[in-house]
Amino acid sequence: MAKRIVSFTLNGRAHDGVVPDNTLLLDYLREGLGLTGTKTGCDGGECGACTVLVDGRAQLSCLTLVGQVAGTSVETVESLAHNGRLSDVQEGFHMKLGAQCGACTPGFVMATEALLRRNPAPDDDDIREALGSNICRCTGYIKILDAVHHAAARRRGEEPAPYPPLPEKAA
Amino acid sequence: MNEQVKPVDAAAAEPVRSIGEYVPMVDGPEKVSGAAKYTADFVEGEALEAAILRSPYAHAEVLEVDTSEAEAMPGVRAVVTGADCDKTFGVLPIARGEYPLARDRVRYKGEPVAAVAADDIHTAKAAVKKIRMKVKELPAYFRCKDAYAEGAVDLHEHRPGNLERDVFFELGDVDDAFAGSDLVMERSFHAAEVCQAQMEMHSALVSYDPLRDRLTCQCSTQVPYYVHLMLAKVTGMDQGRIRVIKPHVGGGFGARTETLQPELIAALLARKIGGAVRLLTTREETFITHRGRPETDLRLKIGMTKDGRITGVELENDQRGGAHSSYGIVTILYAGSLLYAIYDLQNVRYIGRRVLTNTPPCGAFRGHGTVNTRFVFESLLDEMAEELGLDPIAVRRRNYIEAPAFTQNDLMINSYGLPECVDWVEQASGWKEKRAKGLPDPGPGKKKGIGFACSHYISGASKPVNWTGEPHATVNLKLDWDGAITVLTGAAEIGQGSSTLVAQITADVLGLPIDRIRVIAADSEVTPKDNGSYSSRVTFYVGNATLEAAVNLRKILVEAAARKLEANPEDIEVLGEYYRAGSQDTGIPFQEVVMEALRDTGTITTKGIYNTIPESWGGKKYRGAAIGGTMGFSYAAQAVEVTVDETTGEVTVDDVWVAHDCGKALNRLTVEGQVEGSVWMGMGQALSEETGYYNGLNLANNLLDYRIPTIQDSPPIHTHIVESNDPHGPYGAKEAGEGSLSGFIPAVANAIHDATGIRFPDTPITPDKVFLALEKAARFGAKKRAA
Repeated sequence: MAKRIVSFTLNGRAHDGVVPDNTLLLDYLREGLGLTGTKTGCDGGECGACTVLVDGRAQLSCLTLVGQVAGTSVETVESLAHNGRLSDVQEGFHMKLGAQCGACTPGFVMATEALLRRNPAPDDDDIREALGSNICRCTGYIKILDAVHHAAARRRGEEPAPYPPLPEKAA
Repeated sequence: MNEQVKPVDAAAAEPVRSIGEYVPMVDGPEKVSGAAKYTADFVEGEALEAAILRSPYAHAEVLEVDTSEAEAMPGVRAVVTGADCDKTFGVLPIARGEYPLARDRVRYKGEPVAAVAADDIHTAKAAVKKIRMKVKELPAYFRCKDAYAEGAVDLHEHRPGNLERDVFFELGDVDDAFAGSDLVMERSFHAAEVCQAQMEMHSALVSYDPLRDRLTCQCSTQVPYYVHLMLAKVTGMDQGRIRVIKPHVGGGFGARTETLQPELIAALLARKIGGAVRLLTTREETFITHRGRPETDLRLKIGMTKDGRITGVELENDQRGGAHSSYGIVTILYAGSLLYAIYDLQNVRYIGRRVLTNTPPCGAFRGHGTVNTRFVFESLLDEMAEELGLDPIAVRRRNYIEAPAFTQNDLMINSYGLPECVDWVEQASGWKEKRAKGLPDPGPGKKKGIGFACSHYISGASKPVNWTGEPHATVNLKLDWDGAITVLTGAAEIGQGSSTLVAQITADVLGLPIDRIRVIAADSEVTPKDNGSYSSRVTFYVGNATLEAAVNLRKILVEAAARKLEANPEDIEVLGEYYRAGSQDTGIPFQEVVMEALRDTGTITTKGIYNTIPESWGGKKYRGAAIGGTMGFSYAAQAVEVTVDETTGEVTVDDVWVAHDCGKALNRLTVEGQVEGSVWMGMGQALSEETGYYNGLNLANNLLDYRIPTIQDSPPIHTHIVESNDPHGPYGAKEAGEGSLSGFIPAVANAIHDATGIRFPDTPITPDKVFLALEKAARFGAKKRAA
């Protein structure tokens, strides 16, 4: 297999990679660069666990050749936290239990990130549409909706919804 | 996390409590940031990559496996076949008949035959294709009745007639009960085979150090200890030379409650090369070896008085178990024994057949053994209520158990929150009004309906799979000079929150903030043994062991504080970061108490254990009656509202109201998450999920053909937690992660009936079945039951 140098921006830094032409972005990130936050959940295009951002748009890295991202900006889940602090989306998924086993979570986090960049005030339908190709097997998606609303509120500079009142404190 | 000891103002000090609150998971930050390492994420190092040759035959004698061409390929380092291992494995001590790699015979399409370790995955996969199998094909059986028909070839010599287990019991007098009933109804049902389809595909990373004769295995498992046992068995190594580490695990749902081939095959390869081997399976491989819930044919007969009292029950069911034992004997026993413990039943006859077929082995899937039984039971209750002109909820109420009680088959019930669950669901869903006045008109070509069902589940099997005499659970706490408290537990965190649970309990007992506690889980070299995460045992058993360990540590700290403050231990107030002898005392900070406690003894380790009580062990009235025994049952009720599109047959779930009695919600956030996830997983089985075989090959072997509901298909779920405070549970807690699953299926089937007037006895209730039944009803007049 022929190899070539592919140049792109990866998590904000210039990157030149020497890769065989048939290398999938997912395998390159994970096996080549050790960025294992991006997960493999299926045999190709079924589950959304490998979602990354390419020029700000959600894309399945398992259906993307490295050569296709030449000249673009690629962002993975590892890029979101800054100075050890979780991003608003990550905080939402953590605080509202949008992640149980966590295997689908990086994909959901990146798809949510893409959504909030184009729509900072999504309603439930917007969220269902944006996350419609990501599969989660743990949550039933209820708490994923809560997580995205939490993140969106943070991004708008608002206070996210608190946890429901505890029974003894409820009216 | 902040591990620092903060200076505390004694007057302001108070113990921190988190039990009963909303507590995010302690390992959440790693999962959302991508830092959490699952088995496949260990990419550094020199591990070889492995691939498996799987049988393309459903049933055949293996005459020869020729690996010479594969072995000659550059980059190939080792090839193993059935000839490399003559030891069998399996989860139940009485049913360990499976080889890591098939030897004399292959019994299902997908069964591992050989494996290759190579420098890279492409070479390994190419080499697999060069392995030649010579076989003599045998007749293959894909349906129960074909497998146990006269003259069928036995899959296993020790299981004549292809019966893994034939169960029969009768308690009370069923025929007499039916004879004295006002209404007896008998119906047949069918439930399709479904898979766990957990997000992380099976994987293993095994290294062998020939210098020290030590083997280290990291793999995606719910049961590291069982993996440990089977690694020792198949490699023949001393178990003390094996280390099993469970990294982050991407879900289980029962698929990994037993040792699976990937870890065993990786171990055989690692032993052969004297190094490290990483074996990652594909989604297709995970599906075609699935260990899911068996296809089940059921026939149920119930007798009832005209006021809704159940008089007698007869259930007969065949489970298509697949090619190997797995948990099969337990599954077929649960399906009968857990007819009990939800309603007061006095006359029950059960006939169960667990059948060996040439399909992938079925195992333990969330709600193990109870799900299809509950589907048919709650469906028939609904139909009988209709026939008698009774409210379906009133029929449930008529049959409540009065706890504490022992069931007729000797299952122990100490707390029973079902009535409270039912009351909440009835009220919250607007049941009475909706049933009396009907639901709002959804528009032309559509119909709405609402259905109801109850369910229950065990909180841990009261007898372990391997009866060794050790406690059910053991937890260690370590406290050292730095004031750091570490929980050492073998409990397998698989996303359900077990690590959060043990941290929460420890913190609560000591009154400390949860971020003071560190958890090390499931590394056999460091942590005490645990039986694993299955049968919803962890909260109850590991929770109680943690509680005991923490109470023991608190006692040591209180005594140390008393010495330091020259007071009586009983006068010491534990305020978390501060200890004092009465409110007028200035007190001393935690760190000073720690140093006093360590004086002359050094590092402190406390231990907590948990054992079930003999009363919980089930009975002896029939063979296998111990299955079903537990320390506590959870209860759930749910109402499901649907819209049926008559032009497409599509069922949309509009709303779900579920109440779950988990005894006490130690963490409301994770309990809600478990209940929502259970209900939703029930929806998948009810409406869309099924495997599909063509000559024994599962064609629904990916996440597109195996239809898991997406966020677009998923309804709102209104969850209510009922707290019945079980006398034996930690803080009163019981299970939360399984009991709500099975109720969804009959609830939605009953709702579809309410909408259409047609009963659907066959899951999944897919649009084609609904459409066909509606067409038939339209053409040939009202037909009450879809064929």
